[in-house]
Amino acid sequence: MSRQRLSFWWFVGTLAGALLLMLIPLPSVLDPFKPYWPALVLLYWALESGEQRVTLGLAFVIGVCADMFNGVLLGEQALRLCVLTFIALRFRSRLRFFPMWQQTLAVLALLVNDRFLLLIVRAFAGESTPPALWWASPFVSALLWPFLFLLLDDLRMRLRLQ
Amino acid sequence: MPLSREESSPLFAGTAAGTLRLIFYLAIAMVLMVLDHRNGWLWRMRYATAIVIEPVYRLASLPADGMHALGVAFADRRLLTEQNQRLREDLLLANAKLNRMAAVAEQNQRLKELLDTQHSLELHVQMARVIGIDLGAFRHRMMINLGARDGVKAGQPVIDAHGVMGQVIDVLPNSATVMLVTDPDHALPVVVERTGLRTIAYGSRNGEQLTLPTVPMAADIHVGDKLLTSGLGGRFPEGFPVGEVATVGPAPSGMFLEAHANPSADLDRSDEVLVLHDLAEPAGPPPPPSPAGPPTDEAPPPPAPAGSSAAAPRAVSPAAAASAGVPQT
Repeated sequence: MSRQRLSFWWFVGTLAGALLLMLIPLPSVLDPFKPYWPALVLLYWALESGEQRVTLGLAFVIGVCADMFNGVLLGEQALRLCVLTFIALRFRSRLRFFPMWQQTLAVLALLVNDRFLLLIVRAFAGESTPPALWWASPFVSALLWPFLFLLLDDLRMRLRLQ
Repeated sequence: MPLSREESSPLFAGTAAGTLRLIFYLAIAMVLMVLDHRNGWLWRMRYATAIVIEPVYRLASLPADGMHALGVAFADRRLLTEQNQRLREDLLLANAKLNRMAAVAEQNQRLKELLDTQHSLELHVQMARVIGIDLGAFRHRMMINLGARDGVKAGQPVIDAHGVMGQVIDVLPNSATVMLVTDPDHALPVVVERTGLRTIAYGSRNGEQLTLPTVPMAADIHVGDKLLTSGLGGRFPEGFPVGEVATVGPAPSGMFLEAHANPSADLDRSDEVLVLHDLAEPAGPPPPPSPAGPPTDEAPPPPAPAGSSAAAPRAVSPAAAASAGVPQT
């Protein structure tokens, strides 16, 4: 019982931590290279626990929360995270058994796709096209993916959570 | 034993229900985006949920504050002494300049009273701290720790010691968002200090520069010219430094010169900023003169609608105010 509760709070805590990490500023030189933390953590849980925990509704709620914090456009990240989660859940059984480098490439593809979605949304909202460095973020996120995945997985094993 | 058929995510084909759910959520997200884009719902929602959001901002700004505190704590003694010395010199210089300026300012004030204009050289400012959080790369926004409870309103200019930083665009109870002058959506009427040429400085898409895309071909503008706010448009008061021209060249259209300028404010490094409370002179015709009638002490007390209370001081005729010795601020 208490272990179940603990694992639930661990799940919620990692997601809340990802939202907080999104808000924490980096030095202005590193700013464009900031990974998209909520997407990474959501992807991890989607691959790890599948539909029993990560549903489209959850992705939507987290996206709306992130939009509220960022104050850009309500529903933008909700849309992006929904698409991301949908694809990850649809191909979950294959993604889980990929070797790490293939998984990383798949994550990269997902995040680049996410950037394209953002670009489309921004174009519809009438914002200007971002500079080239704006595309660096998915690559940094993908580079971080193996480490994040192994770290979270290792912590989960050690704490004997599920 | 065969794989169970009712597995929720089969190996290759998805279920129609999942796709339907995706379409449902995407539709909601799109409706939200359109409504937000049209009506600005997000800020109303953010204002309503500020009790949750603002503590999160404070929490997220802790690492930046901590780094700053660490930097101060472990700063070299020599460095601090040097900095202190430099600040002292700056202060001395500024005070000397101010003393000289005071007489001029007073004279200016007298002359302006004679001319019946209401410009004022006084500054009504509020000091604010920058909250160190990230609102997204390339967004050119920042949060400050003053909000509606401190009397901050959308549209107020924000400056630092070196020049104009931007303007308040959205207000929460205890914090506010500032759009920096380098934001691509920002435009600022400026005047070239040396020649008095008026133009408009836009934020630029890439980097930390200002763009002046519509300078006439024959205009006299050089690298190194200083840009000041012109006060047109009625948002920024006139005479604040904005930037310094860095490059001048023909615009892609060939009809104009295009200049780029470096903003004079420390957009990245400022910890503390000033929120200006006196706005520019409103553009448009002057307010109508108060109707000549019997002396006010004989007139019946006028009804005072709540909305006109802000405009009331302006309606006093300047001559009467001057003769009564009321300072016009």
